[in-house]
Amino acid sequence: MGIGKTVFGAFPDRTLRSLAVEAGEKCLEDADVSASQIEAFYLGNFAGPGFVGQNHLAPFIASSLGITGIPCTRFENACASSGSAFFHAVSSVAAGLNDIVLVVGVEKMTSRSTPEVTEILSEAGDMGGEGRAGATFPALFAMIARRHMYQYGTTREHLAAVAVKNHANGAKNPLAHMRKVITMEQALAGKPISEPLTVFDCSLISDGAAAAIIVPLERASEFADQPVRILGIAQTSDYVALDAKPDITTFWAVREAAEKAYKMAHVSARDIEFAEVHDCFTIAEIIATEDLGFIKKGEGGPYALEGRTAFRAERPINASGGLKSKGHPVGATGVGQICDVVMQIRGEAGDLQLDRHSLGLAQNLGGSGATAVVTVLGEI
Amino acid sequence: MSTVYTETVVHAAPAEFVADAPYQLAIVDLEGGGRLTVRILGERVKICDRVELAETRDGIEFFRKK
Repeated sequence: MGIGKTVFGAFPDRTLRSLAVEAGEKCLEDADVSASQIEAFYLGNFAGPGFVGQNHLAPFIASSLGITGIPCTRFENACASSGSAFFHAVSSVAAGLNDIVLVVGVEKMTSRSTPEVTEILSEAGDMGGEGRAGATFPALFAMIARRHMYQYGTTREHLAAVAVKNHANGAKNPLAHMRKVITMEQALAGKPISEPLTVFDCSLISDGAAAAIIVPLERASEFADQPVRILGIAQTSDYVALDAKPDITTFWAVREAAEKAYKMAHVSARDIEFAEVHDCFTIAEIIATEDLGFIKKGEGGPYALEGRTAFRAERPINASGGLKSKGHPVGATGVGQICDVVMQIRGEAGDLQLDRHSLGLAQNLGGSGATAVVTVLGEI
Repeated sequence: MSTVYTETVVHAAPAEFVADAPYQLAIVDLEGGGRLTVRILGERVKICDRVELAETRDGIEFFRKK
């Protein structure tokens, strides 16, 4: 397995294609694979057409990498687009259909104004229902947060603790969008975006790309000095509209994906040493830690505030800085998380290197929970 | 009686609704069953408040505190 990632950030001079090509080339180099060896190409991208006016993106990117004559397909599953592309790439290798596949995730968001980005992102919800009423993505997660607060006593301090922790981690990440430490006071006094969420509860609008190469286990040693094994992976789904879900304080798709991925990997939640989870909003990280089985339902808030997810804690969550600090180029996020977990397992995470790093998990969420991908990765 | 299941006040609106912000959104448990995402008119509401349909405008249901 090879990986490659661009820096995440706001790059007015970069095109979607140049970001995707940079990540793809880094990945080919990392795995010591040539473009002509790639047998299938999977692209994760949420809204290339809306953000930059380009469609037919999979062959567009693949051919820019010098890859032609193979199946090239784009996957769109909101913020879980590249997690989904990754799942299907793994499936094709596991099925024996292909041996060497390349997955790229990319998004170029900053060429549009914030209200325009907000509108395009809201298209990941039910546009005939919640979208028509004026629901933005922050609004949907704000309503999730309000209900979680009501049912479990989660507080603003619990939410802010996630932001403070992720910024502390991301400040050490050379590939992060916002390398800035913030205090609890700052996090609590942020500008309101959608109450109770402030600007410090929301991930960033970013440009970026990430890539991974997947090969069968028996051929892994041909391509990498330190191959990393995909022990378990699952993708699941749920209703798109938030008001169609019976209980919005749980992402049921995440619970089901985690259960399946743990079963495939022959592990349980308590075996996972570290995780990269989908903190598109602070409340999403709190709920993820519950749904992944790291802590009991409703106790994700205190779990974060007590520092139990911090860098040197029992099970560090988002050691990379998470989407909050690293940035959230939505179509790149899922594969970006895989890259972060692989770097940890290889021991190549530099200042971000964790003490225990042999078994990690990545959790990618689409929309307000209609798509979930959970991947368990470990040493061979 | 319809009740508020959850709510938020939106400050950062999508392009189409920038002129309306800040506005309150709620998911309402409807009297006849089912849930709907609606706008709130007038006084702000909180979870479990009783609400009723005030009007429907541009395809959006506006509820208010009862």
